[in-house]
Amino acid sequence: MMSNFASKPPRPLSPNIQIYRPQLTSVLSIVNRITGVILSICALVLVVWLIAAAAGPQAYATVHRAIASWIGQALLFGCTFAFFFHLCGGIRHLFWDAGYGFALRSIYISGWAVVIASVTLSVAAWVVSAFLAG
Amino acid sequence: MGSPLARAMGLGSAKEGVEHWWMERVSAVALVPLTLWFVASIIAHTGNDYPTFIAWLRTPLASVSMILLLVALFYHTALGLRVVIEDYIHSGAKFAALVAVRLGCFAVALAGIVAVLRIALRD
Repeated sequence: MMSNFASKPPRPLSPNIQIYRPQLTSVLSIVNRITGVILSICALVLVVWLIAAAAGPQAYATVHRAIASWIGQALLFGCTFAFFFHLCGGIRHLFWDAGYGFALRSIYISGWAVVIASVTLSVAAWVVSAFLAG
Repeated sequence: MGSPLARAMGLGSAKEGVEHWWMERVSAVALVPLTLWFVASIIAHTGNDYPTFIAWLRTPLASVSMILLLVALFYHTALGLRVVIEDYIHSGAKFAALVAVRLGCFAVALAGIVAVLRIALRD
């Protein structure tokens, strides 16, 4: 079998992803996956933070300083957006799994709703947090 | 020779995917309230010092919720990362990556749970 394939000229392949114009649907799909991978790293940081809290005030203060630095805050904002995006996108997927929202119009409406909701919730979370911090 | 169904069972892609797919959804549903509780709690604790934060984490509701969050979070993470690895890694590293993700998620989740218990059960 394999030798037959090797002797023939290469078979035509289906068009690959890079020739397609990005669409809202495909971009949201891959961003949902990327944010999922980012959140895996956030989950790891959460455990580091819990271990530091269990270790005592000094370890906790060290982790807190890293998070409070400007790069820590920038990364934390990225994590916040990744969380709200994956949450909203995940809820959109759960509706699809239940059999709702498959009309093309619904898909675009829910897609833009995910974009708007995740940006709004991320900003709102930081505004509330900054307000509480004084 | 067996029936067409008997010959088809166990072949193709549909071996045990349903369970994986279903548990990814179950953990996702559990994570909606748990993660929202966590984020709301963290926002509410902005600017609080260490003793205040520890006192909060020691309350039964916070300890139990945090442990449930860790269980659901790392279960969902393990299921999700498995699919990502299966989709993009086709070399010999695939098997190692799959094992590393499974064991890694289990170990990190356990470390997090022990940390919460150490705080919650401290005298």
